[in-house]
Amino acid sequence: MIAEFIGGALIGLAAIWLWLANGRISGMTGVISSCFSWIGRGERNRLWAVCFAFGLILSMPVLLMLGYMPEAVDMTSHKGLIIAGGLLVGVGTYVANGCTSGHGVCGMGRMSLRSVVATLVFMGFAILTVAVMAQVQRLMEAGL
Amino acid sequence: MSTSVSESNSSISARYLGSLFSALLAGLLFGIGLLLSGMNNPAKVRGFLDIFGAWQPALMAVMGAAVLVFAIGWRLIGKRQQPLFERQFHTPTMSSINVRLITGAAMFGIGWGMVGLCPGPALVDIATMNGDVLLFVLALLVGNRLAHWLIGPAR
Repeated sequence: MIAEFIGGALIGLAAIWLWLANGRISGMTGVISSCFSWIGRGERNRLWAVCFAFGLILSMPVLLMLGYMPEAVDMTSHKGLIIAGGLLVGVGTYVANGCTSGHGVCGMGRMSLRSVVATLVFMGFAILTVAVMAQVQRLMEAGL
Repeated sequence: MSTSVSESNSSISARYLGSLFSALLAGLLFGIGLLLSGMNNPAKVRGFLDIFGAWQPALMAVMGAAVLVFAIGWRLIGKRQQPLFERQFHTPTMSSINVRLITGAAMFGIGWGMVGLCPGPALVDIATMNGDVLLFVLALLVGNRLAHWLIGPAR
């Protein structure tokens, strides 16, 4: 639980640094959309998001260089699940205008009711989805 | 061209470069936080979401600590007029709780539960060059643009 706590504190620290230095909310959905705006229309005030995304992608190689071995990525190999899940996450976060970082960390930290509701809804549906998938798997293993 | 103009230009651009570097640093630190906590591992996230099965509650500490640190910082910074590198704070303005918010959050929750990756950890895991991770990121980006073109930004 210690590693999780330290990791979480670093996430909070990174988000508060971006707010103090850039006056921006660390929301990955906003970062991704802003990257597209920068690529498409070259908007200068969106370049920060490209830099932020670049930092995220660099984080694993940097940790490895520092000699820390991050947890292995244990990913489902079911292509249908991956594509459907990715599309749902992409569409859903855009429609809700935020995800675990923007609503879950920053929005909840600001005590925004809108973000608290969004977080409860996506957590609830995620828990429900995992429960339903486990049930389906049990039924399939039992030969239906 | 007068020297004062070129001076003010160069000071603006130094500030702009500072803002880009600080964003890079924030992304790096955010990613390291995700990696230390194990949020980058979809199996661990799905174990955390599996509260009716073999529940692994450790990831609760991630969101708890992140929200706590952010909430304290938010209050400390609260009265500042200006961020360090930009002219103004880009304070979120939307506050309505509507069908759009609930629908989007529900869709995101279902997709998150199916695979165990949300957008931040998905970007961090690009570095593994794992084909399945890259496929997920591609689908996520396609979904983001589909929603942008078909539905448009939230108002």
